[in-house]
Amino acid sequence: MIIDVNAYVSRWPFRRLPFDDTPALVERLHQSDFTEAWVGSFDGLFHEDIARVNAELVSECERHGAGLLKPMGSVNPTLPDWQDDIRRCHEEYGMAGIRLHPNYHGYMLDDPRFAELLSLAESFSLIVQLAFYMEDPRTQHKLVQIPHVQPGPLKQLIEERPRLKLILLNSSIVGPPTLSELIAAGNVYADISHAESIGSLDKLIKIVPYERLLFGSHFPFFILEANLLKFQESELGETINAAIRWENARSLNG
Amino acid sequence: MIWDLHCHISNVEGTTPDEKIAAMMTYADRMGVERMVFYMGTNFSTDPDPEEFRRQNDEVLQALSHWHHRAFGFAYLNPKYPEACLQEIDRCIVNGPMVGIKLWVALRCNDPRLDEIIHRCAELKAVIFQHTWLKSNGNLEGESTPMDMAVLAARHPDTPLICGHTGGDWEQGIRAIRVHKNVSVDLAGSEPTAGFVEMAVRELGAERVIYGSDVGGRSFSTQLAKVYGAKISNVEKKLILGKNLRRMMEPILRIKGVKP
Repeated sequence: MIIDVNAYVSRWPFRRLPFDDTPALVERLHQSDFTEAWVGSFDGLFHEDIARVNAELVSECERHGAGLLKPMGSVNPTLPDWQDDIRRCHEEYGMAGIRLHPNYHGYMLDDPRFAELLSLAESFSLIVQLAFYMEDPRTQHKLVQIPHVQPGPLKQLIEERPRLKLILLNSSIVGPPTLSELIAAGNVYADISHAESIGSLDKLIKIVPYERLLFGSHFPFFILEANLLKFQESELGETINAAIRWENARSLNG
Repeated sequence: MIWDLHCHISNVEGTTPDEKIAAMMTYADRMGVERMVFYMGTNFSTDPDPEEFRRQNDEVLQALSHWHHRAFGFAYLNPKYPEACLQEIDRCIVNGPMVGIKLWVALRCNDPRLDEIIHRCAELKAVIFQHTWLKSNGNLEGESTPMDMAVLAARHPDTPLICGHTGGDWEQGIRAIRVHKNVSVDLAGSEPTAGFVEMAVRELGAERVIYGSDVGGRSFSTQLAKVYGAKISNVEKKLILGKNLRRMMEPILRIKGVKP
């Protein structure tokens, strides 16, 4: 049993991916014993009609998800009337959470609209997923250079919102503040998708309590096996494996 | 049978080369990696003088000393010092256990100072590994692109060469070296982006694609996944995971009397 908190549907803007067709993606997830996949939409990176992006995400999950796909809506607080997008995610679609890409939407975390967004999500009890980056900057398209998200004031924003549920995605490269400082600041989790180096999970659990780690694949941009195999390379024991692979996510969304 | 082309004794537990390679082998065992090729020392140097690259090679020689049944070594060289490189080839390969060379980011590989080194390695059947990256946010001054590799390959059409990292930006790297049949690509050291291996096999043929990890900075998991998760045949996967590297190394292993 595995819950993947970091997957996507639709098309990566710069390349066709082997599993960017939703039925094929679902079939692949079923093959590896996934019971849930929390999916955002690649369309949410650049499209400005976010309302349509989220409507299509919900439709895609309902048509092809087979109970597996859980939509995480996009919200871009630089767009006019963005508050209605988050309201729709909560009231119309009953989503568990939203996924943010501040670097693709062109704002820093010290933007007052980001603070307002966090407060709104907290009031709706929506999980907020914050993606720190999507692609290695060295391989990005030369005309579309997207920097990493800088955490800046994030620690204070977390501390000011004790009921906020926050997941840091693709977060191996953050700081200051460090990943462990952000985790300690509140109800904050991190996914394992970008944990890298030999024995990466052995190293990760030394800086982040395993109760705050979630399985994330960054699939289909990343190959699904990349994160599954980390549990073979690091021998963590069944208790920690189960916590990271599904129990923590189940508790967070319980 | 998994042979890993691209390993370092860095970013792993231990304070000595002996401790580090032992720790590395624990992870290799878990992942079924049978043979590994090591180069460069415990602390990398981008532009080493001869004294420094000899010191780094000494660290690898020490690490290999208890693991000759599983580990191979390539001599790290800086082609800005061609004469010292030839002496180091003699020390590490002719008179030592190493079986190839590693060229990194000190000097772009289209430079003619590489030619004598390439000729000498060809005589010895030593494997030649050249790092390449094409970074959209800018290369280091001496860092080779896959296009530089193509220039080198054209000057040495009968010598097998390995294009490290497939140029990083693999979509351009594969195209850059595609026409040069003497060039194989190394899969190591980039994010496990989907579609990489499929494109390499489609454009180059599986015989020109070699698995490597770049541990310990990278993991076996993410790098093996590139092959395991690719939509290619099992026959092609076996070539990439070990048979191609073994075939490339067999001439020098035979000369050295080493049974693969």
